[in-house]
Amino acid sequence: MGESAAAAKLSRPSRASLAFDPGEVRQQFPIFRAPRPKPLAYLDSAATSQKPDPVLEAMARYYAEYNANIHRGIYDIAERATAAYEDARRRVAHLVGASSPREIVFTRNSTEALNLVAHAWGRRFLEVGDAIVLTEMEHHSNLVPWQLLAQEKQVELRFIPVTGSGELALETLPELLADGRAKLVSVVHISNVLGTVNPIAEIARTVHAAGALLAVDASQSVPHCPVDVKQLDCDFMAFTSHKMLGPTGIGALYGRRRLLEAMPPFLGGGEMIREVKLTESKWNDLPWKFEAGTMPIAEAIGLGAAVDYLEGLGMAEVFAHDRALAGYAMERLAEVPDLVMLGPPADRRGGVVAFTLGEIHPHDVATVLDDEGVCIRAGHHCAMPLHAKLGVPASARASFHCYSLEEEVDTLVRGLHRARKVFAR
Amino acid sequence: MSGMEDLYRENILDHYKHPRNRGTLEHPDVSYEDANPLCGDKIRMDFNIRDGKIEAVRFSGSGCSISQAAASMLCETIEGKPLDEVKKLSRDDVLEMLGIELGPVRLKCGLLALKTLKAGVYGLPQWPGEEDEGEVEQARATDFSGTQPANGRREGHR
Repeated sequence: MGESAAAAKLSRPSRASLAFDPGEVRQQFPIFRAPRPKPLAYLDSAATSQKPDPVLEAMARYYAEYNANIHRGIYDIAERATAAYEDARRRVAHLVGASSPREIVFTRNSTEALNLVAHAWGRRFLEVGDAIVLTEMEHHSNLVPWQLLAQEKQVELRFIPVTGSGELALETLPELLADGRAKLVSVVHISNVLGTVNPIAEIARTVHAAGALLAVDASQSVPHCPVDVKQLDCDFMAFTSHKMLGPTGIGALYGRRRLLEAMPPFLGGGEMIREVKLTESKWNDLPWKFEAGTMPIAEAIGLGAAVDYLEGLGMAEVFAHDRALAGYAMERLAEVPDLVMLGPPADRRGGVVAFTLGEIHPHDVATVLDDEGVCIRAGHHCAMPLHAKLGVPASARASFHCYSLEEEVDTLVRGLHRARKVFAR
Repeated sequence: MSGMEDLYRENILDHYKHPRNRGTLEHPDVSYEDANPLCGDKIRMDFNIRDGKIEAVRFSGSGCSISQAAASMLCETIEGKPLDEVKKLSRDDVLEMLGIELGPVRLKCGLLALKTLKAGVYGLPQWPGEEDEGEVEQARATDFSGTQPANGRREGHR
């Protein structure tokens, strides 16, 4: 399913269409089976997701049964390790609709994937006076790499503004591209703070019409909803394993093959070379040209298992679940006095709800909630410019995944009432 | 019970809800502002200094209960005190005033007022080193062999 179908789903969040029982799903996550004084209400999946048994088992099996380095050994377990690692890449390529596994480069995380584009593409192809267009709702990972590049290359940064309802003012984009100096636009797919789902395919049409490239930070979309790079028509896309039920330490960059082919390597070292002489080398083929040194093999295998698990649930079903829960949370949170929610209405967002609670600092809110077993994020969620734009120093954020339950939202709301009592002045 | 009763002891809530020395001075001899950008905690301190003593101190700013209560407690403690004495105030003194243990994130909230005070009165560019020692202690207190992290208890409170 591509963006148009996802957009159709956006119109009406409903719990009725659920194809899986989140209570049953939850039982496959050891962290929820561990005995605790209070049941864990984990509402911080936008920061990192929990990990199901099949992911942990796949990683343990690699270490216990066929731990060996990849692409080198010619013995049985090394070949098994190589096959498992490359199989994980094929699964990831299939998940996001890449034309070939060669278009999937494993990285450490989304941040590294975006840095890879900034270094390998930006340094080679940008010239003094060029521009890069970003938005005001970016995570720091899609701001800071471009700031570093802009300083180095004397490139201008331009920004699509965020409206009062927490959406992109896309009518400004043609203007930002009009002088032809913008060579790249890099945009978040789903905001990690507001939950806003940005219309990537529509943005891609405008960007490509102006002759620029489009990079997408898909950190909050690939883990939660159907994403197809062909339908989005993006040129680069970054995402990370640990937000999609997989381990930390691995992420991926999708890039159009002809772009990746034209780019010089990112890091130099073993594995990324075909032939090394003392003073020069020839680069390896895609995607290994960008994978220097021994990669996180167990983590790649774990990511492959996570992709299997998510596809087993169905990405459209996961998204329907997350969005229905966000809708339920917004209804329940509206009952709490002094609570102000950030971002668009439920029918235009993913499974993320950020809010402020009167004058109570989000850290204090989070501490009271922690005492109730509720885990939420408090702070600026690595989006300081967005918080500045919204005029709040920090916010609290609840976010969901396939194992999240309405009962957890109920516990959250009880905790918020308690926080109001504790800090009533 | 764990957690909240410890973290929000009555004295902290009292200082948070009824801050002492809150406000600004009309003609401060020294004024200094600092922030924890990660949490959005902000504290400004105004000082009047006479004959080697802190004649008056006021704080303003915004932030979480820990940062604001610590500022209130610290101001209450130092007003009227000789600078020599104020100079000796340490991170442990502030933690003792708060009377609670703080994890690594909230520790920065708890110590912002002290950092502001020291930088303001002594022009120290930053709080020297002690914070890092706490983080090392915290790392040692994590038991990687079990499933439950051990409590990062801080010892050596004076």
